[in-house]
Amino acid sequence: MATPLNYLRSFGPAADPLAALGWGLIAISLAVTAIIAVLLALAIFRHRDTDRPGTGEPLPVTRESKGMAWIYIGVGITAVVLFASTLWTVRTVTAVYSPASTPALTVDVTARQWWWEVKYRGDDPALALTTANEIHIPTGEPVRINLASADVIHSFWVPQLAGKTDVIPGKNNTAWLQAEKAGDYFARCGEYCGAQHAHMEFHVIAQAPADFAAWRRRQLAAAAAPETVELRHGQQVFLMRCSVCHAVRGTLAGGNFGPDLTHLASRATIAAGLLANNAENDAAWVDDAQALKPGSGMPALHLPARELADVVAYLRSLK
Amino acid sequence: MKDTYDNRTPALSPADDPANAARLRQLWETPPGLRGQLATVDHKIIGIRYLVTAFLFLVLGGLEALMMRLQLAHADQHLLSPAQYNQMFSMHGITMIFLYALPVLSGFSNYLWPLLLGSRDMAFPRLNAFSYWIYLFSGIFIYTSFLAGGGPDSGWFNYVPYTALNYNPGQGIDFYALGMILFGISTTAGSINFIVTVFRTRAPGMSLNRLPILIWGTLTASLGNLLAVPAVSLAFFMLWMDRRIGTRFFDEGGGGDPLLWQHLFWMFGHPWVYAIVLPAMGIVSDGLPTFCRRPLVGYTPVALSTVATMFIGFGVWVHHMFATGLPALSMSFFSAASFIIVIPSAVAVFAWIATIWLGRPVFKVPFLFFASFVLLFVIGGVSGFMTAAVPLDWQLTDTYFIVAHLHYVLLGINVFPVIGGVYFWFPKMTGRLLDERLGRWNFWTLFIGFNLAFFPMHISGLLGMPRRVYTYPAGYGWDTLNFITTLGAFLFAAGVLLFVFNVALSLRRGEIAGPNPWYASTLEWAVSSPPPPYNFAVIPTVASRHPLWETHLPEEGSGRSILDQGAPLAEARETFGVTALDGEPDVILRMPTDSWTPLVMALLLTALGYGALLRNWALCGWVSVGVVGCLLVWLWPPAAPAKTLKYRTMDVRYD
Repeated sequence: MATPLNYLRSFGPAADPLAALGWGLIAISLAVTAIIAVLLALAIFRHRDTDRPGTGEPLPVTRESKGMAWIYIGVGITAVVLFASTLWTVRTVTAVYSPASTPALTVDVTARQWWWEVKYRGDDPALALTTANEIHIPTGEPVRINLASADVIHSFWVPQLAGKTDVIPGKNNTAWLQAEKAGDYFARCGEYCGAQHAHMEFHVIAQAPADFAAWRRRQLAAAAAPETVELRHGQQVFLMRCSVCHAVRGTLAGGNFGPDLTHLASRATIAAGLLANNAENDAAWVDDAQALKPGSGMPALHLPARELADVVAYLRSLK
Repeated sequence: MKDTYDNRTPALSPADDPANAARLRQLWETPPGLRGQLATVDHKIIGIRYLVTAFLFLVLGGLEALMMRLQLAHADQHLLSPAQYNQMFSMHGITMIFLYALPVLSGFSNYLWPLLLGSRDMAFPRLNAFSYWIYLFSGIFIYTSFLAGGGPDSGWFNYVPYTALNYNPGQGIDFYALGMILFGISTTAGSINFIVTVFRTRAPGMSLNRLPILIWGTLTASLGNLLAVPAVSLAFFMLWMDRRIGTRFFDEGGGGDPLLWQHLFWMFGHPWVYAIVLPAMGIVSDGLPTFCRRPLVGYTPVALSTVATMFIGFGVWVHHMFATGLPALSMSFFSAASFIIVIPSAVAVFAWIATIWLGRPVFKVPFLFFASFVLLFVIGGVSGFMTAAVPLDWQLTDTYFIVAHLHYVLLGINVFPVIGGVYFWFPKMTGRLLDERLGRWNFWTLFIGFNLAFFPMHISGLLGMPRRVYTYPAGYGWDTLNFITTLGAFLFAAGVLLFVFNVALSLRRGEIAGPNPWYASTLEWAVSSPPPPYNFAVIPTVASRHPLWETHLPEEGSGRSILDQGAPLAEARETFGVTALDGEPDVILRMPTDSWTPLVMALLLTALGYGALLRNWALCGWVSVGVVGCLLVWLWPPAAPAKTLKYRTMDVRYD
């Protein structure tokens, strides 16, 4: 069974101590519950034979002494366990509060209702790039995430790499991630943020450093130019109908209300993780996004069939 | 001032003097008919109204929950639109946490306090009626949002800026904000009443160390509310002003701070959580020993731990905000406080287990609820202990693990004691016992349904399922767990139906209870079932924690409580006022008569709420004039001025 958001399995130093603490406290909790359940059951059934309700007479009231020992011993043991747990907690906070080495890579993530804008800085502005709903990181090194919100409060959560960090308007929170293993780590918004909080996922894709560098190079390239009649038509439709909100670098499309689509076809999902990125889903999304994700910023376009087919073909060409 | 005092030594009379009883009945009885009902200040009638109203809200919130569970039974369902689902979960939370959980406990306390304390009414009977009416109207007020275009959709926690006007232009948030201010008035009035009652209107000899734990619980909750509710009333008023008057308290663009909302809300919210469990824990601490045929083990530590819980409870609010990016040092402080608060709870748990262990349990239905409560309390407790660990909470927060935790706390520690409490006190309230056989079915349906519904949520939460999502995709490992949860929720609902059925049936056909069907120990069981309007024909004199068990417990106190003889106080509606700590009577209090003003006042304040909602300032102005007028009528001295009768030293030792 796939459990991609299961945070008791972790793959990096920002999450490992959390998973360990989680297992530890689960073990303590289960033990406490089991001990109490046994004590309670024994207490309830200990005198079972002596009381037969329905004999008419009430059982007399009595008081045995020694009851206070229960409280002293029980609370004494509890206090020791609590003290140990507090120490473990404080140690864990210290362990994950900041990475062991200063991150070389910083990614600026802006949370929006209901998708994630992802920006990579470059020393040269020409090396900066913008994408959406996918954060690629190199494995084996810490990555700093600067968080900003364009609207309401969200929470940045990559369960198998780190705990949540809230994204609060006007407050510049940061998080850090480090993946020891290449892979696709599922992630999502962790704070209720409105109608489509349910569909505000993203993916952290950890790659070997060489693969990451190659990905970054490809993303820096301008969008592929349309080569066929259909694609050119598709691009025209895109510029007329989509470019107010969406950008495609290297064209006149420069809108910044919606995700940057320069290399849309390189992403695995669309609509913040809602749908797999394929021709069928792309067409359904462009045609009537409101049916798939009611309330989202993407309007239902209801394009004529040919325009739809061509614009989808164009989007599919943005590799 | 001299003439307003009148030294008076009340006559003593036997409790069974029929002439006295007739005179008291005439003084205290609520007149029949609607007019009498609307004006009554009888704490027993008000208490039952609280219980019934809160229960109706529980059913309403339960229906909202069932709709959500239908949606979440399988992945990718769309029975409810996102907008509808978000209103459902918001109203479910608001209804259960505010309109059910505290009012139901206030219902028990209102009904029971004067009976437990050996007095004739709450300290402020009219304020009592008022706090009920304004509670009822605040609930109706919030629910009328559905008739006006849609309910609040931002959760009970209502975080800004999602609730700011530009992200949430509908009126749902305004209904919630103004409704909460009205509800806050009810809570505040009720809390003041409880606090004054416990320190002022008790029976002679009912010193603080003899109070039942339920009274400690409600007293602590009331003190907590008095300090906590202003934070949330203020926060909601500021939010409403941000939305409708143009202030910028929570708008970072205008120099405000959205985190201010979270601080104000949780400074209230966490103490509130204790306010809605401590009285319920008190119900168990008083009820459980009855069925174990022995007094509670560790009365003093349990009473002190009740107070300590609330005290520490004011220092843990930040554990709702661990992921907001606070400094590590402050998080460690709040984390440690959240661990420490486990200790007073542990005191209570071991006291309950020891009570059962050293007693001889009688397996009546209330016992089943109270004993199972201990287990649910521990499960809810250990999951809370897990969330106290800051770094682990970064993972747990806003997942279904929290949903599991809070339902173990709120159903386990509130609903189970409440239903058990109804089984326990129903005979006192109605004179008839609830059916035992149906009761057992009722218990097991609720117990199994509850665990089936909420235990799997721990696991779906650990597998990363987020809260407050209207649907979820297949393939995350959540599908089966959610289906089981939905089954459990419907089983639990069936249990609630069985409960309603049992109540309806037993009201007419239940076995006649008599004054003390459980052979319990506290004062309410000394009077007939249901009690007469004046509670006690003569004010009893209390000499121990267990006035009705004294013959069995020779070591209890020095003297004997006197129940069959005492001061009838039958010249008007009267009861004793006593010193705060020792319960020595020092005055005879003249209690107010029935009145319409509480109802009218509540109606006027509700109208003020609608006026603010419509931003109809003229209406607000006229209603405010009415409020002042109503206050004048309420507080106008009666034609024959009520005398505070100075009571010369009371010699309570009659023999």
